Amino acid sequence: MEKTKNKYSIIVPTYNERLNIALLVYLVFKHLRDVDFEIIIVDDGSPDGTQQVVQQLQELYGHDRILLRARAKKLGLGTAYIHGLKHASGNFVVIMDADLSHHPKYLPSFIKKQLETDATIVTGTRYVKGGGVHGWNLMRKLTSRGANVLAQTLLWPGVSDLTGSFRLYRKSALEDIISSCVSKGYVFQMEMIVRASRKGYHIEEVPITFVDRVYGISKLGGSEIVEYLKGLAYLLVTT
Amino acid sequence: MKHIVKILTLLVTISALWIGLLQTAIIPRSHTWLLPIYFIVSLGCYGLLLVGVGLVQFPTCPQEAVLLQQDVIEAKEYLKQKGIDVGGCD
Repeated sequence: MEKTKNKYSIIVPTYNERLNIALLVYLVFKHLRDVDFEIIIVDDGSPDGTQQVVQQLQELYGHDRILLRARAKKLGLGTAYIHGLKHASGNFVVIMDADLSHHPKYLPSFIKKQLETDATIVTGTRYVKGGGVHGWNLMRKLTSRGANVLAQTLLWPGVSDLTGSFRLYRKSALEDIISSCVSKGYVFQMEMIVRASRKGYHIEEVPITFVDRVYGISKLGGSEIVEYLKGLAYLLVTT
Repeated sequence: MKHIVKILTLLVTISALWIGLLQTAIIPRSHTWLLPIYFIVSLGCYGLLLVGVGLVQFPTCPQEAVLLQQDVIEAKEYLKQKGIDVGGCD
């Protein structure tokens, strides 16, 4: 990969991800060899010993490469990013999930895309050629498709995957966008990208695959659908 | 301009065109009266079609699950070698 003086801060919020965070850190180091980066782990007081594992990883990889910025209790995703962002020393920030549904092997393609296009935001999309999802049943796929068509028709966001959260931001842009976002959960991901799009930031997409390892648990129940529709209405009138 | 205003502007424009058609009676009024129904039905069909096509062409990646499993095994072995205890869950 092309050598640059860019530094990438990877922010990973965790809650009870003792095993996954170790696997994730290993895979990030495996796939980002010639890149200057740091991993900022924002742990919300996991009772399973996530922080102890992170401390061991710090000993192994270095305290300057792995930063543990814990919080006392579960305080939500949006504030976790803001918290991590305060400690980020890179000029680019990557946001990804700890549960390995976002594979670190795609990090080089995010960085490459950014370098090629000088984009402000590179967002991972599951809905194009080369991308995909594994581990979803028909109902989950149907809800996802329906939600996407609805959002595309109503919001014209200019990106194909609104609720994915594997993204690379220029740090200044993320700071700008995140301060105006108020939603929670995955509506928050949608709000971030819609606001970014409205503000006129240059957004590019790269295909990613999404392997859902939590089989059998539908994350999209009735209340989530209601939350989603409320989020959509909120974005319609505020952006 | 807020997005809802854009959409409302679009709807008002379409309504204005429709009222214009009613007034000028270029096509028979009985047809013009039915146009909004056609509009809503075709909008619904368009949505259903998009969802249907999206569902049929939903990109899946079963091979990725296998690759991830291999990565997990590789990472676990490395971490064990380095004395990092990740056992006890999953």
